[in-house]
Amino acid sequence: MSISVNNISKSFKGKTALKNISFEVKKGELFGLIGPDGAGKTTLFRILTTLLIPNHGEATVVDFDIIKDYKSIRNNVGYMPGRFSLYQDLTVKENLEFFATIFGTTIEKNYDLIKDIYVQIEPFKDRRAGKLSGGMKQKLALCCALIHKPKVLFLDEPTTGVDPVSRKEFWEMLKRLQNKGITMLVSTPYMDEAAICDRIALIQDGEMLEIDTPKKIVKHYSKTIYNVKANNMYQLIKSLKSYQHNYSVYPFGEFVHYTDTRTDFSPIDLQHYLTSKNLKNISIEITQATIEDTFMELAK
Amino acid sequence: MKEETAIHVKNLTKKFGAFTAVNTISFKVKKGEIFGFLGANGAGKTTAMKMLIGISTPTSGEATVAGFNVNTQPESIKKNIGYMSQKFALYDDLTVKENITFFGGIYGLTRKQIKDKRSQLVEELGLQKIVNELVSSLPLGWKQKIAFSVALLHNPKIVFLDEPTGGVDPITRRQFWEMIYKTANQGTTVFVTTHYMDEAEYCDSVSIMVNGKIEALDTPKKLKEQFKASTMNDVFLKLARG
Repeated sequence: MSISVNNISKSFKGKTALKNISFEVKKGELFGLIGPDGAGKTTLFRILTTLLIPNHGEATVVDFDIIKDYKSIRNNVGYMPGRFSLYQDLTVKENLEFFATIFGTTIEKNYDLIKDIYVQIEPFKDRRAGKLSGGMKQKLALCCALIHKPKVLFLDEPTTGVDPVSRKEFWEMLKRLQNKGITMLVSTPYMDEAAICDRIALIQDGEMLEIDTPKKIVKHYSKTIYNVKANNMYQLIKSLKSYQHNYSVYPFGEFVHYTDTRTDFSPIDLQHYLTSKNLKNISIEITQATIEDTFMELAK
Repeated sequence: MKEETAIHVKNLTKKFGAFTAVNTISFKVKKGEIFGFLGANGAGKTTAMKMLIGISTPTSGEATVAGFNVNTQPESIKKNIGYMSQKFALYDDLTVKENITFFGGIYGLTRKQIKDKRSQLVEELGLQKIVNELVSSLPLGWKQKIAFSVALLHNPKIVFLDEPTGGVDPITRRQFWEMIYKTANQGTTVFVTTHYMDEAEYCDSVSIMVNGKIEALDTPKKLKEQFKASTMNDVFLKLARG
């Protein structure tokens, strides 16, 4: 196991941030921690990277204990925090050299690992880090977290606030790193990114809701979901919410995902009801559950 | 029946030295419309938005927002619009109640109006338990819902929302969009940026900016047809990747 977490709890001034968290990440795995802002993701990262001590529980990272062996962990992991934390007044190259030096290595020695990413920012190597665009900063931060060839890489919300194109590219980079044998724990609030991970943990309010592969997680969703569409989205949502048999009503792109409380639900009844509410061009079709549906059901 | 125009942008341009951040963009937003303003990071969205809300002067071009000219009447624009962003929305070290009072005062509401609005918000959003809590202690989802309501305190004609749902949990994100629908339904124009492409589908019209220019503008349905894509995410990937 690369990461093993056993009953970790942490609270701040009486406010619980993590409640009895347990999970394992296998060697070479790309493991996703999926949950909204405030779920406890960053606290968990800070505990595993030995920056915080938990109130209860134990954890090991690359077989080192997070409390007793904290120095060994620091030498063996890379951490890319959610907030840009490189030196803004050092240049791109200076930042990278700095991180290589404090880990007792050189850029040349591990260049192979960062090459793909570094070539994209190399044209700006003499620019100060504070003057880089968001995407560039992110790539530099990743290079700095990798320069000592860590066994495990911790990435805390690397794609938050990043546009869909750059997000896709970033995950492709992570996939390539995985092929080079690096174990990764990545957190994100974007549910669509979960599908790229080998396994994911859904986390909310400091608790793990579910841990499994993305494919299996959606199978845990037991209800039949219908894609409902009509000419007026706002009226549609309002009407579905006031329908007495509704179990859940969530807008989902161009559709509304609807589930019913009855086991013998017939879409025709719903069609009649919506027609009576003056909606037009109504369509109701069965659809597959997504990770987001599962998350909302578990978090309900 | 004549449709009213809430925002009218014509050849709007902003240059910083030799760099053109916003390059002769033109578009119209109808009253009561939900207008999605999309683009990759660095495409020029924020710069364009700053000109529309009257805090940045265009290098050239024109725009009318809520009937006022961005070049000559930026102060009138500020009074007639609401604005909230992910980065700044409310004061963390004031309570919910204090924030409402503060922003109400800034917008020139009377004490009576502020009091009425406050009771109305407490009722509508179910804030009874948290109205006297510091904003810093609230979950992000709550902050964003309150911030949106605060941006609407003075009944603006247009509300600008800059990535209002970033990092918010999926349930709250949807509640937030229901608030947007409700607002638009009451006639307020909503101008919104987002990185969630499912949210782009909720908009009446969507524009996509690439390198300072608007490369696509239509309803989500027509954009999907035009780019032969099944989702807005695919439309975005096709456009922004060139």
